[in-house]
Amino acid sequence: MGLSPRPERNVVTYDPQTQEGWVTTRLDFLVNWARANSLWPMPFGTACCAIEMMATAASRFDLARFGMERMSFSPRQADMLICAGRVPFKLAPVLRQIWQQMPQPKWAIAMGACASSGNMFDNYAVVQGIDTIIPVDIYVPGCPPRPEGLMYGIMMLQEKVRNETMRNRSSRFEMTPDPASKLYIPPSKIDELSEPFGNSVQQTRSGL
Amino acid sequence: MSKGFDTVQAGRLARGGAPASPRNVQHRGGEPNPTAAALQSRFSGAVKRVDVIWGETTVYVDTARVLEIVQWLHDDQSQLYDYLSDVTAVEYRDTEQPLEVVWHLRSLPYRRFLRLKTQLQKGKPLAVPSVWSVYRGADWLERECFDMFGIRFEGHPDLRRILMWEQYKEGYPLRKDFPLRGRFSRAEQLRQALAAHPEARYSMEELSIAQAFEDLPPDMRQRLGAGEKTGE
Repeated sequence: MGLSPRPERNVVTYDPQTQEGWVTTRLDFLVNWARANSLWPMPFGTACCAIEMMATAASRFDLARFGMERMSFSPRQADMLICAGRVPFKLAPVLRQIWQQMPQPKWAIAMGACASSGNMFDNYAVVQGIDTIIPVDIYVPGCPPRPEGLMYGIMMLQEKVRNETMRNRSSRFEMTPDPASKLYIPPSKIDELSEPFGNSVQQTRSGL
Repeated sequence: MSKGFDTVQAGRLARGGAPASPRNVQHRGGEPNPTAAALQSRFSGAVKRVDVIWGETTVYVDTARVLEIVQWLHDDQSQLYDYLSDVTAVEYRDTEQPLEVVWHLRSLPYRRFLRLKTQLQKGKPLAVPSVWSVYRGADWLERECFDMFGIRFEGHPDLRRILMWEQYKEGYPLRKDFPLRGRFSRAEQLRQALAAHPEARYSMEELSIAQAFEDLPPDMRQRLGAGEKTGE
């Protein structure tokens, strides 16, 4: 057995008459690949987290490496809402309207402790977590999170996008609460249930 | 409408050169602002007390005569308090103590600072005269004070909430009897907040279409005239 001559790898022969350029793949894979690598963020920055979000997009951390080249300041062209900072009740209808203006498919990231849970602002003016207004995919902890934290959250979201399938469309449905459903719990009941855990108006810290 | 601006030279009429440094100021009993003596001689019945704390003079005056006193401080050539830096209020934890409304006045030509206070007894309607007719800048300051404390400024042209939304029903957040988390449950607070139309917050004045009112279509004129906000 002698050495056979190696095929000439550097030369690609392409004959359009006999070879059509085509590949086979799963549609899910292709669509998710495209979506995950071009998530355009809708920045909803209200506080100090927005400073870190700007740093994430700037040259040192360079969010564009992951496909977020363009911050989309119009919700109609955005894929992903990044809520960075505390949201007061006065801003709650604005945030929900922006979310409703975003076309499907869309995802939301709650960046920082205030957007995730209200943080220490457990008071009359601040929404206790934006998941009471819009559905949230990723919660990024921190006060504020470092740019690496936000990028890690975005990469987790990319992983989530890659694993979606078109057969299961339940995550894309937008449901309004149906009081006739057996799963429906009225807000007054929720308040009653949550009272022992401190999320109630009967408890105040000042003692007055 | 616009009369232009007068140039103000800070310290033009001040005596004693540069302002005192914070190091040589005693806590209580310093030398009062000369305005205090002038107020005592001119409004002897209205001036109740004069305190000097950390070199700053506080004059307690009668509630009913606030506007008269502020007008005099602004106009009189020996005072010239031309800058209103803040209007706010204080409520003490001690429920016996009256509420206080505070005006911070500054005279740029004389380089003087004066804190004017008036006391409002609890249990009576909380109302003080508005100084909007003297200082136009008092507009939002008084609205904020009304929003947070519920103090009515008599004579203010547009006394509405400014920080909380206009339909806010829970009360006045900086009062001591206001619970930190508000009066309603979280679910109810969120429901009321989301019920607001985000673009229906603007009155005709804010959209500067009040001048064009006569040119609007009749149905819109009727709706806006009835107090409806745009966007609804």
